[in-house]
Amino acid sequence: MSLLLSLLLLQAAPHAMPGEDAVDPYVPNAAHAGGAPFTGDAMARAFHGQDGIRRVVDGMVARAYADPVIGEIFVGHDKVRLTRTLFEQFCYLLNAGCSYSGRDMASAHKDLGVQRKDMNRLVELLQEAMRAEKIDFQAQNRFLSKLAPMHHDVVKQ
Amino acid sequence: MSLNMTRLLLAATMALFATLSLSPTASARPLRHGGKLLLTNGIASLEGASGGGLTPWAVIAGNETDEGIGLSGHGTMVEVKDYDYWSAGVAVGFRDRLELSYAHQNFNTNDIGTVLGLGKDYAFSQDIIGAKVRVAGDLVYDRLPAIAIGAQYKKNGQGAVVRAIGAQDDEGVDYYASVSKLFLSRSILLSGTARLTKANQMGLLGFGGDKQDSYGLQFEGSAAWQLSRRVAIGGEFRSKPDNLGIAREDDWFDLFAAVAVHRNLTATVAYADLGSIATVKGQRGLLLSLQAAF
Repeated sequence: MSLLLSLLLLQAAPHAMPGEDAVDPYVPNAAHAGGAPFTGDAMARAFHGQDGIRRVVDGMVARAYADPVIGEIFVGHDKVRLTRTLFEQFCYLLNAGCSYSGRDMASAHKDLGVQRKDMNRLVELLQEAMRAEKIDFQAQNRFLSKLAPMHHDVVKQ
Repeated sequence: MSLNMTRLLLAATMALFATLSLSPTASARPLRHGGKLLLTNGIASLEGASGGGLTPWAVIAGNETDEGIGLSGHGTMVEVKDYDYWSAGVAVGFRDRLELSYAHQNFNTNDIGTVLGLGKDYAFSQDIIGAKVRVAGDLVYDRLPAIAIGAQYKKNGQGAVVRAIGAQDDEGVDYYASVSKLFLSRSILLSGTARLTKANQMGLLGFGGDKQDSYGLQFEGSAAWQLSRRVAIGGEFRSKPDNLGIAREDDWFDLFAAVAVHRNLTATVAYADLGSIATVKGQRGLLLSLQAAF
């Protein structure tokens, strides 16, 4: 009985971690990250490993919530969960040794009403966060090129 | 107003309505300000269309995205061996879809004016009204490159003189198509343009000539590498017609560096090789351009 319970808990784990709001159940899948990871460790090193990626994600999320233009999209959004899943996604895509447990990009951005301009603003905030971490500009753009195809699922059509 | 210009204005008006009616939901949305990534609006080309210095790109003037109306203004100076040139212009970009532009060009012959019998500091001038529509794709985000078509109505200010040197007309329309793509993974922008034109030296020496008076297809291209967020360097090429018997015309080349001094201000410096102009060969020198965009 206790084994069954712990199995159930284990299955529920990827959906919402302690300190996060509940989310509708979904089946985690690496494909939800929206792209294949870079090969080799060059990009992970360019981003200063998991510590650097964490600082970039924290920097971007803090800027996004405080932003006068797009902050209102994030207000009322679970910041703890967003920070965790974004870190997992970036870390996974940069091939820095993580798996992504979050939802796919279309589900995660559904009904947010994100416009092209909002996405461009978030890209700018990501660029600021990457600059603050002193990440090489060419590596910044390589990473952006990995994220760029996701705009179809992020921006409302 | 000439027939050509009336046609162009009519086409521009139709394109504007087409743009607004193609996306009924878009036109119902309120306009918002700003949003293009730094340097991705290009600079103003010599003829006023947004792009590189010598050739248009498939980008739309101003910093606005599909939510707004962008504006840009520019001033450009070219100092080559024997001549001075300046141009200035404005452009409006509607919802990152349609661009309307105006530019005035002034080409001063300095001492060569005396040699040509026109008088020292004789200047050719020209007004250009342009329209460009991005028909598909996107410079940055789509897999499909940005694709645009455009037209430029040009009216030379020295009709009698350009006819005297062999030009067949003092006005003309260029038609062009551009394909442009920023390859983010390499920080490289490539753009190519095909242009149908009869213009001699962009039209500053009139249109058509004694050697040839029909539309010819010309090719133009830019390659740029973005070194940092604010700085891009690159080179450009533009093939030219050669219609005038007395004044050979060469293809153009340049090497440039563009700097986003500020979100709204781009400064460009280029070394340009413009070949033979108005009978005098080896016209190389500096191009300086400032563009303010909103």
